[in-house]
Amino acid sequence: MVELNLCCYRNNHLDKSWDIDTYISQGGYQVWKQVLSGELTPQEIIDEVKVSNLRGRGGAGFPTGLKWSFMNRHSPGQKYIVCNSDESEPGTCKDRDIMRYNPHQLIEGMAIAGYVIGASVGYNYIRGEFWEPYDRFTRAIMQAREAGMLGNNILGSGWDFDLNTHQGAGAYICGEETALLESIEGKKGQPRFKPPFPASYGLYGKPTTINNTETLASIPMILAKGGDWFAKLGVPGAGGTKLFSMSGHLEKPANYEIPMGTPFKDLLSLAGGVWKGRELKAVIPGGSSTAVLPADKALAMNMDYDSIAKAGSFLGAGSVIVMDDQTDMVKSLERLTWFYYDESCGQCTPCREGTGWMYRVVKRIRQGKGRPEDIETLKDVSGKITGRVICGLGDAAAIPVASFLQHFEHEFRHYIDHGCSIFDRA
Amino acid sequence: MSSVDTLNIIQGDVKKRIDRWLARYPVDQKQSAVIPSLRIVQEVNGGHLTKEIMDQVAQYLEMTPISVYEVATFYSNFEHQPVGRHKICLCTNISCMLRGSDELLDYLKTKLDVDVGQVTEDGKFSIKKVECLGACVNAPMMQIDKTFYENLTEQRLDEILDSLE
Ligand SMILES: Cc1cc2nc3c(=O)[nH]c(=O)nc-3n(C[C@H](O)[C@H](O)[C@H](O)COP(=O)(O)O)c2cc1C
Ligand code: SF4
Ligand code: FES
Repeated sequence: MVELNLCCYRNNHLDKSWDIDTYISQGGYQVWKQVLSGELTPQEIIDEVKVSNLRGRGGAGFPTGLKWSFMNRHSPGQKYIVCNSDESEPGTCKDRDIMRYNPHQLIEGMAIAGYVIGASVGYNYIRGEFWEPYDRFTRAIMQAREAGMLGNNILGSGWDFDLNTHQGAGAYICGEETALLESIEGKKGQPRFKPPFPASYGLYGKPTTINNTETLASIPMILAKGGDWFAKLGVPGAGGTKLFSMSGHLEKPANYEIPMGTPFKDLLSLAGGVWKGRELKAVIPGGSSTAVLPADKALAMNMDYDSIAKAGSFLGAGSVIVMDDQTDMVKSLERLTWFYYDESCGQCTPCREGTGWMYRVVKRIRQGKGRPEDIETLKDVSGKITGRVICGLGDAAAIPVASFLQHFEHEFRHYIDHGCSIFDRA
Repeated sequence: MSSVDTLNIIQGDVKKRIDRWLARYPVDQKQSAVIPSLRIVQEVNGGHLTKEIMDQVAQYLEMTPISVYEVATFYSNFEHQPVGRHKICLCTNISCMLRGSDELLDYLKTKLDVDVGQVTEDGKFSIKKVECLGACVNAPMMQIDKTFYENLTEQRLDEILDSLE
């Protein structure tokens, strides 16, 4: 049996789990108090997080302890800790439930992270459509202030930490960390050229660390139970539990928190298996920006970075999109290419033009007007975006196109040759 | 909505709400409050922005008007045409599509007798197709005003729309 909800969702089943009293009854804010009392030093925390093998849950999987060590806590001037709750990658909806059901664990994680990097101010960037999570999180901040866990000279420690929410207004690109900073600064969400990286030039030009919601919410448990505990939950090189959003053609679609490295098969059974008694056709394991895998590859993989990479894709944000044997892959890709076209910020020509090209060609194929050379055109255009753009959105846009063609080219050919899908009688 | 003075929208409660946002940012970074401010004035104005309203936000936050227009056109939550009293935002991205959002959209269009981007004759509803709203495990789903409605079926949709004033 897979053990569920050991970290970020550990309180979600409790009555009024979002209230500070509930959180405190489960040991909440104990670590924060230890930190403030000097029992745990910033260096010890970084070391413990390194031992835990926690890798960033926003999609890139960057080791969190290492990221924090890039900040110089003692450099003069304002520094910031920013939480990325933009959660807009299609298939992803895990952070929403942290904010709805366990907001104080995120607050505690942000406070600790801020202390470690020397940031006395933090912002949680919440996507604009998330009203309920926003209200829960904002209320939790007020409770934490009243309880003396945030504010000035917290618990007589001499340390200040002020935490606020910021709301987005509908733009996938604002999940990219530098676009997110621009957005907090009140600008269009257009990613910055890097370097300089946020650790040296971040929010308002000040040193800034940006982490995903799930990453930060994991911190209190890592420090309470030890980095070793967390590391052992997972696999070598990637510790802990991971939240997986199981969506698509499933009997029981839901968010599941399971140990990293759990076989995909087990996760699929947790989610009730493929709906309507149908067969599995394909899986997108990490959100729309990760490569689609055919059923046999997916069924053989485990839910960790290395195993999914070996299968030919990426763990990403843990957003598993499941497709049954009646799924039209051309129509699915059409939807994804539209998304990247719709969301490209327009700064880089290969991304702005390439996403439009790819969408129009896939759409043409789906409408039965495809030309024999279209498949080569798609491969060519997708190949020309990667590496020629400022941010990961451009690369991400090419991945679905390349992988759908790699595994399901025959469906595209069928549309081109017969003017209809493999499911239609020509 | 007739009580809104669109020529002097940042006053009273609206001003207080914007000021509360301003308090969250460094004093020399008023521009940081532009998104929240636009959200507030859009709401008070019945769901969409106009040039004169954006200009007042610019003035209040000490920004150039063009930098406010840029923000207001970049983010998809901002509207520049009138919308219904309830803006129905139906997600049609991949996880919702796999569970029937296209069929639901057709149903909705027929039911309300309007197309995407249009307002019903009584001004009550408008339909908008949106990208993933981050509730994919409960697909298909939609947002109306501030609420997410999830695990939709045609019947649920009927009930929800009937329940709205
Ligand atoms: C187009 C794009 C969208 C992204 N969206 C998100 C997002 O919604 N949430 C998130 O945490 N990270 C997102 N990221 C990744 C962030 O840039 C960044 O790597 C992450 O927030 C770092 O936190 P972590 O190290 O804790 O994962 C996105 C990246 C790109 C390129
Ligand atoms: S790759 Fe695309 S989204 Fe990213 S900065 Fe360039 S144009 Fe914008
Ligand atoms: S795809 Fe519809 S909410 Fe994510």
